[in-house]
Amino acid sequence: MELLELRNLKKYYATQKAVDDISFSIAQGSIFGLLGPNGAGKTTLLRMITGIFYPDSGDIIFNNKKFDPLNDTLFIGYMPEERGLYKKMKIGEQALYLARLKGLSKHDAMEKIKYWFMKLGMESWWNKKVEDLSKGMSQKLQFVTTVLHEPKLVILDEPFSGLDPVNANLIKDEIFELAKKGSTIIFSTHRMEQVEEICDHIVLVNQGKKILDGTVPDIKQQFKENLFRITLANAPAIINNPSFELVKQVDNKLTVKINEGSSSNEVLQYFINENASIEAFNEILPSLNEVFIRLVEGTKATRQFQQVTV
Amino acid sequence: MNKILLIIQREYLTRVKNKTFILSTILTPLLFAGLITAVTIISVKNLDHEKIAVVDPGGLFKGNLENTKTISFEFPPGVDSNNYSAKGYSAILYTADSGNNTYKLISKKQLGIIAEGNLEDKINETLENNLLKSKYRIDIKELEAERKKAGNAEIQQTYHEGTQVKKGNSGLAYGIGYGSGFLIYITLLIYGNMVMRGVTEEKTNRIAEVVISSVKPFQLMIGKIVGIGAVGLTQFLMWIILIAGLTAGATAFLPKETLQQAQESSQQMPGAGGNVKAASSAATEFNEIKNTLGEANWVLIIGCFLFYFLFGYLFYASLFAAVGSTVNEDANDAQSLSMPITMPIIVSIMIMVSAITNPSGSLAVWASMIPFFSPIVMMARIPFGVPGTVPYWQLFLSMALLVGGFLLTTWISAKIYRTGILMYGKKATWKEMWKWAFRKA
Repeated sequence: MELLELRNLKKYYATQKAVDDISFSIAQGSIFGLLGPNGAGKTTLLRMITGIFYPDSGDIIFNNKKFDPLNDTLFIGYMPEERGLYKKMKIGEQALYLARLKGLSKHDAMEKIKYWFMKLGMESWWNKKVEDLSKGMSQKLQFVTTVLHEPKLVILDEPFSGLDPVNANLIKDEIFELAKKGSTIIFSTHRMEQVEEICDHIVLVNQGKKILDGTVPDIKQQFKENLFRITLANAPAIINNPSFELVKQVDNKLTVKINEGSSSNEVLQYFINENASIEAFNEILPSLNEVFIRLVEGTKATRQFQQVTV
Repeated sequence: MNKILLIIQREYLTRVKNKTFILSTILTPLLFAGLITAVTIISVKNLDHEKIAVVDPGGLFKGNLENTKTISFEFPPGVDSNNYSAKGYSAILYTADSGNNTYKLISKKQLGIIAEGNLEDKINETLENNLLKSKYRIDIKELEAERKKAGNAEIQQTYHEGTQVKKGNSGLAYGIGYGSGFLIYITLLIYGNMVMRGVTEEKTNRIAEVVISSVKPFQLMIGKIVGIGAVGLTQFLMWIILIAGLTAGATAFLPKETLQQAQESSQQMPGAGGNVKAASSAATEFNEIKNTLGEANWVLIIGCFLFYFLFGYLFYASLFAAVGSTVNEDANDAQSLSMPITMPIIVSIMIMVSAITNPSGSLAVWASMIPFFSPIVMMARIPFGVPGTVPYWQLFLSMALLVGGFLLTTWISAKIYRTGILMYGKKATWKEMWKWAFRKA
């Protein structure tokens, strides 16, 4: 079931097409990665999904209904990339305030705050002020205030930046748990290794357009270059066969590219015939990082300002 | 609606619970009272009592020089310029021979200018009295009595207000007008800037984006403006209560004599001329004020004050909020961007100063219609009388324009605010703000 569906969303600024006709959908309970280089239009897209911006055209379907920014915000938790909390406000009061702004009653908010503070070891923070917290601690608090009201859709923009590995793992586990409980998570980041680890489904945007959409394994398949790594006990002196090309050879470790129309069995057959005993054979799939760089590279790193005629 | 209340509550409570707020609310009136007390005490202490020995061979002055709290005259025998200080006098006065008007006053230290002026007055008065008595055989006490009977003319200004005839008092109107205009001026600046700083803080803290994913930017802006307005009202109320309390306390606890002395010292300021006359006229004026205070239309004045205070604040606060939303970390930006908003407030106080001397003049009338100036200028005119000086149509038009202006500035500001609060990096130009304000959606 789809929780969120974007249809032909457009948002133009005076000098930029920030979001230019983007459509995709996100399944309920999935962890969705929204990727893209700086200035690709991710933040604008997220701000439209959270109801901060209105799209110039296009529809957002949330929970099978047209998205209603006034009432649906209760079901959304948004942690923006630029973190913010009231510095002079006490932590407990702050969490309570933000939860009540989402529409929770005072009583419900208190119970949930207590639950989360216990869970993440923050009980002693209640009367402290944000300015007394370290960056990592305030990040944790920010995360709690984002998910406190048990939103159906949690939007996290770079949630791990500034966190040490221990706290990052803690938050990561919470994200998995939220997804298991049925929350849908949109996860926006530049860190591809985290995406590979966490996300089920990704969309890559660049210059306001969607350039990639799919599950992580599918995308890897889509971008594989038929590269295989072969480790041999003894490499033959001359390697030459029409079914593949040798890309790289370091001692007995070979990297080969299988030509169109040939299969891996033909390659293996060749080495067996050459009397080279095969110790390992595996396919090299591209990392998301490589896919990302391949797709984004070549386009201008920073977006040029352009005249937009609507 | 509920969310706006939450925001108002937060804005109000975090400010009211702030230590700086509590201290400034309590300390300002205390400081004010302390300053007044200190000035009073110093001026009372400064009044040295001078004992002056008079050498009066003609015998013209003995018994005719009146002693006062600050100067007393004695006519001891055998005192001269060599031994007067040893005998406990601070100065010695040699009276003039007949046909000569030079009096010699010798002292170790310079006598205060008050004492000197006082002395001249007293000698002149005595001489005059003596002359009247010897030449015209007029009893000076009788003359005074006659004078008091005759010379008590008093202009009673009345004006027609509908069918009612009212006593006018432009002095009082002047005071009320000036006071309330100035009060509104201060409020606009203080709390307007507070709104601006609050908005900028939310923006640079990056909390704004979190909050407006829960509420509409307009709700956040209005919540802040109303919350800070409530803080302002609270502070004013506290000040009024504290000042009233302190004044009552001071009158109750300070000895009567000190207060009297303080009054006297203020009357004896140099240049006050005939002290007695000034004092008596001051006293009658004071009584008049007391009488006319009862005649001023307090319900109307206070009602109008609250109206102009409130809507003047709302009119400007949203503009300040819009400016605050366009500011980034640089504090200098705030100053240069808020200039165009502070200017009309400063201009209005300048117009008010002129309007109050001519409350029916065209400058006063026009300025009290324009919402940028009306909160201050109209408040200066109203005490002069409605509908005498300010016809009803002017008052209602001015109010309507101010409310309309408030709706307009809030509408424009909300649009600038909505965009500005999420714009990081660079300072907005006026041209950009204009675009944000007037583009659709």
